Amino acid sequence: MIDLQPFWLSFKLAIITSVLLFAIAVPLAYWIVYSKYRYKAVIEAIISLPLILPPSVLGFYLLVAFSPENSFGMFLDKYFDLRLVFTFEGLVIASVIYSLPFMINPILSGFKNLSPSLQEASFTLGKSKFTTLTKIMLPNIRASLLTGIIMTFAHTIGEFGVVLMVGGSIPTKTKVVSIAIYDEVESMNYHNANIYALILFAFAFTILLTVHIINNNSKTRLY
Amino acid sequence: MIRFKANKILQTAEGAMPLAISFELERGKLLSIYGNSGAGKTTILRILAGLTTAENVSIEVDNEVWDDSKKNIHLAIKKRSIGFLFQDYALFPNLTVKENLEYALPKGDGKKIINELLELMELQQLQNTKPQNLSGGQQQRIALARAIVRKPKILLLDEPLSAVDDDMRFKLQEYILKAHQQYQLTTILISHHLPEIFRLADKVIVIDKGKIIKEGSPTDVFSEQKISSKFKVTGEIIDIKKSDIVYIVSVLSANNIIKVIATEDEVRNFKVGQKVLIASKAFNPLIQVIS
Repeated sequence: MIDLQPFWLSFKLAIITSVLLFAIAVPLAYWIVYSKYRYKAVIEAIISLPLILPPSVLGFYLLVAFSPENSFGMFLDKYFDLRLVFTFEGLVIASVIYSLPFMINPILSGFKNLSPSLQEASFTLGKSKFTTLTKIMLPNIRASLLTGIIMTFAHTIGEFGVVLMVGGSIPTKTKVVSIAIYDEVESMNYHNANIYALILFAFAFTILLTVHIINNNSKTRLY
Repeated sequence: MIRFKANKILQTAEGAMPLAISFELERGKLLSIYGNSGAGKTTILRILAGLTTAENVSIEVDNEVWDDSKKNIHLAIKKRSIGFLFQDYALFPNLTVKENLEYALPKGDGKKIINELLELMELQQLQNTKPQNLSGGQQQRIALARAIVRKPKILLLDEPLSAVDDDMRFKLQEYILKAHQQYQLTTILISHHLPEIFRLADKVIVIDKGKIIKEGSPTDVFSEQKISSKFKVTGEIIDIKKSDIVYIVSVLSANNIIKVIATEDEVRNFKVGQKVLIASKAFNPLIQVIS
């Protein structure tokens, strides 16, 4: 009998990561597009790093940082009683960092493609920046927001390297579905590996299809 | 009363150009700003609205200071009582026509003005439509209505009539006039179109390369010689045709084509597209009721 627990864990991780990242990425993208800060190119480069770096590099540094042997990990352990190595919380934080570009890039391009006069018109109608953001700007980049959420969700489900480095493979805690496939193959259990892999394959295809349908129809359907 | 004074260095295609403008405008008047593109007209409206910052600004509207760089005062955009009609209309695509208007309504204000404006701009039929499905002229009326919902002290119109045909232009001028009068607005209109300025404006300033080169009433500003006459209109030459020994010059004034006879010598100075003044001293016009 195939164990579905890794799927549940993957979905839980993906949902929490997507929600957290949405809350982080919207203000961050807004700041990047509209602030006049001189060095924001540096910030943008840092955000995009996970796109280029091998997941093992990121995973390695997170592992080192989270380790209770080192100052940051020790600080979390001492003051917050929080262990991030080989725990689900650690996976969440690693995923948030690793998937940040997948959430923020669509939102950035959404903001950049929005006509600046929409925002200015709202200001001249006596509205604050916050009202303008929530009532005008976000509803008009709905397609970008949705793309960001779906891409983050899907990318988190498909994560392997970072999760393995930071979380290991502890059943019900950190053994997500991508790791489960690896484990099954290692123990020569090709049948189970195949089922896991097929489900993931179908899932990935559905997600990408959805994204493309949303993008193609965003002008006609989503407004 | 608006007192406006601002300096700013503008970056243009031909390099840096200093903008140095100052003018005053009485309450309830309609001022037109005329000039070539790139002369700095839009920047003036943007500085007044607070959308663009400038050096050495002082803006006072009805004794309320909006900008004063000496005292370091810069009132936030949302606190300035303005209605701004953008060149691209800037209608919110996620809201219907009515919702676009309602969005502009200050908290606690009654919705009476929304219905009033929908009626004034003849938009009732369209109120539940999304703006991107409508024509340019309709979008413009919505944008105009939306700019007036707050009953602003100043209405700023950034070349609103440049992208529509003559029929539509004429109608929209009506809407602007109606709104200007009904809500006792002080209006500033950027325009390229002389007949429009003559029809709407009480005062005009002509801007070239960031400076005011002329100001006054439209007739004072655009009539080169002061011809004392009983009747004069301005327009644009749209056609010059030879007929026997004379020439017939067609001049478009507002929506009328006026044909004037000219001699060969006179025609040498004319070309199609020129702005001209037609004046007549001794003649006896007939008046007929048409509506």
